Formats: sequence, structure tokens, C-alpha cells
Amino acid sequence: MREKSFVIWLLLIALLLLLVINPLARLLWASFEHPETGAFTLANYAAAYGRWRHVEALINSLVIGLAVAALCTVFGVPMAWAVSRTDMPGKGLVWAAVLGTFIMPNYLGAVAWILMAGPNAGWLNRVYTAITAAEAGPFNVYSKTGLVLVIACYSFPYMFVFTRSALDLISSEMEDAASTLGAGALRTTLRVTLPLALPAILGAFIVEFLESIALFGAPALIALPARFQVMTTTLWQMFEFPPRVQEAAAYAMPLLLITVFLFWLQYRIIARKGYVALTGKGGERRLVRLGPWRWALLAYCLFVTSLSFFMPMLVVLQAAFARAWGRGFSWDNVTLRNLRFVLFDQTATRAATMNTFVYAAAASVIALTLALAIAYIVARRLVPLGRALTYVAMAPFVIPGIVLAIGFYAAYTTKPLVLYGTAWILILAFATRFLPIAYTNSDAALRSINPELEDAARILGAGRLLSLRRIVAPLLKRGLAGAFILVFIPATRELSSAIFLYTTGTQVLSVLLFDKSDEGNFEVLSSMGLILVVVTVALVLVGFRMVGRDFLLRRTAT
Amino acid sequence: MSRLVLTDVNRRFGTVTAVDRFSLTLQAGEFVSLLGPSGCGKTTTLRMIAGFLEPSEGTIDMDGRRISAPGSTLPPEKRNMSMIFQSYAIWPNMTVAENVAFGLEVRRVPKDEMRIKVQRILDVVQMGHLGGRYPQELSGGQQQRVALARAIVVQPAVLLLDEPLSNLDANLREEMRYEIRRLHDEFHITTVYVTHDQAEAMVTSDRIAVMHQGRIEQVDAPRALYARPRTRFVAGFIGRTNLLGGLVRGEDVVFDHFTIARDRFAEAAALQGQVSFSLRPQSIHLYRQSPPASERVCVVPGVVAQRAYLGEHWDYTVRPAGSALALRVTARPHEVFELDEKVWLELDPRQMALLEPE
Repeated sequence: MREKSFVIWLLLIALLLLLVINPLARLLWASFEHPETGAFTLANYAAAYGRWRHVEALINSLVIGLAVAALCTVFGVPMAWAVSRTDMPGKGLVWAAVLGTFIMPNYLGAVAWILMAGPNAGWLNRVYTAITAAEAGPFNVYSKTGLVLVIACYSFPYMFVFTRSALDLISSEMEDAASTLGAGALRTTLRVTLPLALPAILGAFIVEFLESIALFGAPALIALPARFQVMTTTLWQMFEFPPRVQEAAAYAMPLLLITVFLFWLQYRIIARKGYVALTGKGGERRLVRLGPWRWALLAYCLFVTSLSFFMPMLVVLQAAFARAWGRGFSWDNVTLRNLRFVLFDQTATRAATMNTFVYAAAASVIALTLALAIAYIVARRLVPLGRALTYVAMAPFVIPGIVLAIGFYAAYTTKPLVLYGTAWILILAFATRFLPIAYTNSDAALRSINPELEDAARILGAGRLLSLRRIVAPLLKRGLAGAFILVFIPATRELSSAIFLYTTGTQVLSVLLFDKSDEGNFEVLSSMGLILVVVTVALVLVGFRMVGRDFLLRRTAT
Repeated sequence: MSRLVLTDVNRRFGTVTAVDRFSLTLQAGEFVSLLGPSGCGKTTTLRMIAGFLEPSEGTIDMDGRRISAPGSTLPPEKRNMSMIFQSYAIWPNMTVAENVAFGLEVRRVPKDEMRIKVQRILDVVQMGHLGGRYPQELSGGQQQRVALARAIVVQPAVLLLDEPLSNLDANLREEMRYEIRRLHDEFHITTVYVTHDQAEAMVTSDRIAVMHQGRIEQVDAPRALYARPRTRFVAGFIGRTNLLGGLVRGEDVVFDHFTIARDRFAEAAALQGQVSFSLRPQSIHLYRQSPPASERVCVVPGVVAQRAYLGEHWDYTVRPAGSALALRVTARPHEVFELDEKVWLELDPRQMALLEPE
């Protein structure tokens, strides 16, 4: 039973393989390939791990990853509990601040923290010396501690969302059962509520760890000036001219393996049976009355979000509109020069702004089209072994962006298909990187449409493609608009894959921001970051109107 | 109006056989129901007729033309059939009129003619005034009528209905049964109707095919199916029944503590060895005094073991004297018997349907 549309499905599957499987295969291949002769060799691994510098960077990554995950737990879990289970005031404010944190790209956060806690000139140090009359402030963002704090500030929202969704599903009856047996509120929370949320917290811990070891932006902005290395910065240095692709591929392998293994572990922990409370909506939920303690909890939430959102946003805004950020908050220091410079005056930044949104839009369209087609093929069993396609489409979820970029570099800088040097390699890399987001959303949108609606069109004489166009497409529109935004937002700020794949003329804002960071022109950096943030906020507001308030911070990650 | 012939149709999903050697011929203009419990393969059969599924073995022909065979199946859109789905499948992005017009549009019917046809069919299903509405603004029954109009307006060769009434409430369901039959009497479209509700099948169908575990158990007109079920499954699935096991000994059939002469049964010639019969509760009559014996009926003494008053009738359980049998008997509301009361059961052997051995 071969339909006319069959050829289209095969072409789309081929594209999927080209985007996901080919780069991974070429990455693996490159790691065993002699740079000149192309013969099989283990020399790349020897080169990658034969230097203490490289091993040290690996250790740094792991240690920083663990520290970040721990700090995220300290930040995120109490906030999630406060918002989900207690009568703490100001929940809306806290929620908005977490959303604000989520919207800020981590490298912009790093820039903000350099402004806040740079040695000597940082705002926090200036405030400290002004108050204590000390010689110098104690804060120095250019340190491992500084890096851990910055990364944690911009990844704890995951912990918050995971934990909160778990807590939201625990019925008060569980807690009541403990109370009737004589347990107090504190004991109930520690012995019943939190343990029930533990799988989610563990899962989030793993995600935080993986996020931070795969991160490039903040580490590059902070670790390089601080003269230490992590894995991602080491990989980046291997791409300084002449690029040592094979060595980088070999060096990236452990990162890939750790990620795949831990995501699998995370999946197992979350999916573990026995935590009945998490399988469905529980009964009624009542809030824990905290008395005066609720103010303490609110203070803690505001403290964390001050570190992650309020203070950084303030200094970024100040710098973006300042003639010189060090001259502080005064009216004669305010100017629109920086924004005008970024948006209109300078060719490079103007082009990068344009590129950012054009590439992100193109990548979103490609990712969504492909994801939708694959989800459809799987749902309607149009080809044998369709299930396997799901795994392929979801695979980029467990591939660190930087590893994917090296794979793209390895696959598409040489014949038969040379994309390097064109915008397409960036667009396709973005599309691949965010394909899982597109896929989960397309799949959900498609599942919400009863297949009988399509069958009804078929039996009345419409072919498959006509039914898709007339019936399925109009019904999908709404669901897909939300999905588009969810892909578009991360695509506009993507740095870790772009940094390996851009060339002159195909820079995007994130790359330019990073490139300009060593010039020390923080006013311009802040302006660029601000443009990204403003566009993101606008899109998020559109998303709220169209899809609902929880569309961004919903837990779709598993 | 088309003749539809299914020959030895098989459908497997992996190792599970959903439909097993299914053969059935529908005459042009005939209304046949596929009746059976969920999972019996009736919907699978319907979807094979529609062309959504391909048979693993066997063939389906329409008016002498092969439309389904393993490896070569005409896609649904080329079959000139219509289908009504359990969910109605009314497209929410189109108005009622647009929904109904879709099939005509695909068939490239000229605009003016289309408008007339749509209006006429909407009038037929009493929805003429609601053409401009969107489906969300309609009740379940109205959506059902739109689905019917949409399916009939294209004058399909075959109309397929997949549990079309299962999402309606009880009153509406009863009304729509008659509506579906009325439309059939008006348009005479060859129809296959899938349902698990025997009353629906009885009201609508010319013939009913009872399915069980992928096979056809029996195909017959509603009355014949009820009066003369041929298998234990059909007897139990269509209405309620009493199953009586007996042993043929010479000229008698010996039951538990009573005996009936063999020649009084309708299928006298076929009786041999172990036999079992289905006897409907309303085919048994209860008497306080022994009724006069006759050639036709057999009278057995018994005791009322259980009773329930259901308003429209009494539901008794009677044990024939000395027997382990418990016979269910339906009696009219004024036929009142007390618990443990001695009664006489009047059994009519010709109403006892011989069941095929298991």
C-alpha cells in the first residue's frame, strides 16, 4: 500500500538522518581518523588526554558541575516548596523573577556579574569599600567560586520547575496522613513531602550538572580571564587556527558519553514506579501555614532572585544606557548611543542582529516542519520501524550543543556537502539542536487531534496530502505557534554551537557579544544582550496570550 | 447502492489475529450490523472495508471490482464510501455547511448545485437552519446529524458507521436509532453498522452479524437471531437466556430431572448425544395449578428461588423439582408468586433453540 505521499516521507526521513545521525557518525569517525592520512588511529585520544592541561579542564568541569548542581538545589528547592506548598506572600513576584532569570541568557548574566563583582570596579566591591572604608572589596567573579555562582544563577530555574511540578502533584492527604499520626508540620515536610519530590529533585540535579558542563558562554567569559580552563573552553581553543577537529572530536567523546548516561539515569529515576503520588492529580491541596516564617522565606526567595535577576538586570540596563557604566546612576550619564550603535551604526552588529532573528526563524520553521512530519509518520505508522525515528528526533536532547557543533563541523566542511561558511550550517545546527523541543510539542499538538477527523476527510474522497492541508494544518496552527516561540527563543541566544560554525558575515548577536567581550566595552555588550531580552519578553507575552501562562516554564524536559 | 463481498478476510496485528476468516455478502441496499463485545474485531473489519487497513489475507470486492487484497488496497479516498465515526469527526475549523460541502467540493461539484444539495440534505436531517454554525456550538445529537448529512450528501456506494451513537445519552440514542433507519429507508444506501448495543442493531438492521473473537458467530435477521441463536455466545449476547444441557436417549431428550420427547423439538432430526438448548425467559410460563398437558408443551413442577420486581415485568428464578437447574423466567407484572411457592413451569420445546456443540 504505497501512497503518493510516501516519497515525501522518505525525503523528510533522509533530512532527519542528515541532521542528526550524520554529524554524530562523522564525529565518532573523526575521533579515530588521522588528520592527514585519514587512517584509523588512537592518536587523537592520546593527544586529547595526554596533556595534563586537558585532563585538568575535564576535572574542573566535573567539579564545577557538581558545585553548580548543589547550589541550584539550595536555591531552587526552598523556592519551589515556598511557591507550591506554603502561604508565603508575593508568590507572583517570585514567579515573575524566576521567569525573568530564565529569559536572561547565561552569557548576559556573566556580563552582569562582571559589572557587579569585577575586582575593584564591580558595583558590589564599590558599595563594600564605600561602607567599610576598606582598601578593596572582597568579591572577585573571576574565580571558580564566581563561575559556579553565575552558572547556578542561570540554571536554577530548572530545579525550581522540576521540584514545583512534583510538589504540585502531591495531595494534601499524604501530608494529612502523617499529621493524624502525630507528626508536626516540619516533620511532615521533611519526612513526607520532600521525599515524595525526591525523584524530581534528583532528576533536576542531573540536568543542572549536565547543563553546566556543556555550557560555553559564561565559562568562556569568566574562566578565560581567570586563567583556568573547563572542557568547553578547551574544545574551543582546539578550534583556533588551524582547527584540530580530530583531537576535539576525541576530547568531546567522554562529554557525550557522560551526558547520554546521565540522561538515561535521570529518565530512570523520574520514571521509577512506586511514587504513586506523582502519577496523577491528587486530591485537594492545602497550603502550609508558616506564621512569621513566611516573611523569612520571602526574603530568601528575593535574595536568590536578586542575585539572578534583579541586580543583574539593573546593572545591565544601567550599562546599556550609560556613556560609561563606571560613572554610575546619574541623568547626565544616560544615552541612547549604545543601542543606536548596535542597531544602526555599526555594520557588524547591525548584520548580526539581523542574522540572529533570520537564522532563528529559519531554524524554527525547519525544526517544526521536520518534527511535525516525523511525529505524523510515527503516529500514523506510515513507514516500518517508525518508533526508531522518535529516538532519532529526540537524540539532540542528550547531545551537548558544543559536541553537536563539532559534529556539524566534521560533517559539513568537506565534500560531498560543504555548508561551512554559509548561513545554512548555523541554521541547520540550530534546527537540530532544538529539534527535540519542536518534536515534543508537535507530537503533543498532533495527539490532541483525533485521527478520525483526518479519516473523515479521506473517506469523503480527499487524498492524504489534501486532508493534511485542509483539516490537520488549520487545527494545528494554535498549538504550533507556541512551539515556534519555544524553539525561536533559545535559537536567538544560542552560543555554544554558533561559536564553532560562524564565519565572517554569519555572526549572530551571541557570537558577537562574546567576541567583543575582550574589548571591555560593556556598554555595547549590555545593549546587545538587552535587545535579545526585549525580543524574548515580547515573544513570551505573545506566548502567554496564545497558549497560557505556563507554556514556558512547563516541564517538558522528560 | 452497491454489492459488497468479503471473502475469507483475515487481519493480524503482530501475533494477534483481530479478524479471522470473515466472509459476508451484502446485497445492494442492504443494512447489516456487525454486533459484538469490544475487541471482537468489528471495528477492524469496518476499517478494512473503508480501506484504512489492509487485510492480511482474503479479499473485499465491491460490485465485482476488487478493492482490498493483501498488497493491493485501494486507498479510502478512491472507494466512494462514507463513514460516520464514534467521535463524529466534525471538523471544528469549518461551519456545518462547510463540513457537509467538503465531500462535494472534493468531487468538484459546481458551486450552485453544491449549495442546493447541502441545503437539501441539511433539511432532511432537520439542521437546515444551522448551516452557519460552528460544531462547538452544537449539541451532541446535532453533531451526529451533521455527520449523517455529510456522509449521505455525496451519495456514497457504501455507508459505514462506527459506533455512531455511543457518545449520546440514552434518550437521544433511542431517537437516533430510528433516524438512522429512516434515512436508510429514504436513500437505500448499502450500509455496514458497527455496534456493541443489541437494541441499536435490532432497530436499524436488515441482518445482524454477531462477532466473537474475530469470527462471525451467526448472521441472521434480528428476529431469527433472537428466536434461534445457533451458538452459546449468540444466545447469551443477544438478550438473556437459559442454557439447558440434555442427553438424547432413544426417543427422549433427558434433562436434569425432566424429560421431553425428541419429536417435539424443531430440530428433531439433528438431535444426537449431548445437546444444549437456549430457552428465553419469556418463553417460559408460570402457573399456580398444573396447566392441562398438551402435545405441544411440557409441564415441569418447580419452586420460586428468587424474584425481583422490575416495573415492566417480574424476574423469577425457578428451580425445577429435584433439579440443580435455575431457570430465569420473565412474567407480566400481575403474575405474582411468592418466594418458595410451588409453581408449574410450561416449556415449549419448539422455542428451544439447539446450540452448536462447543
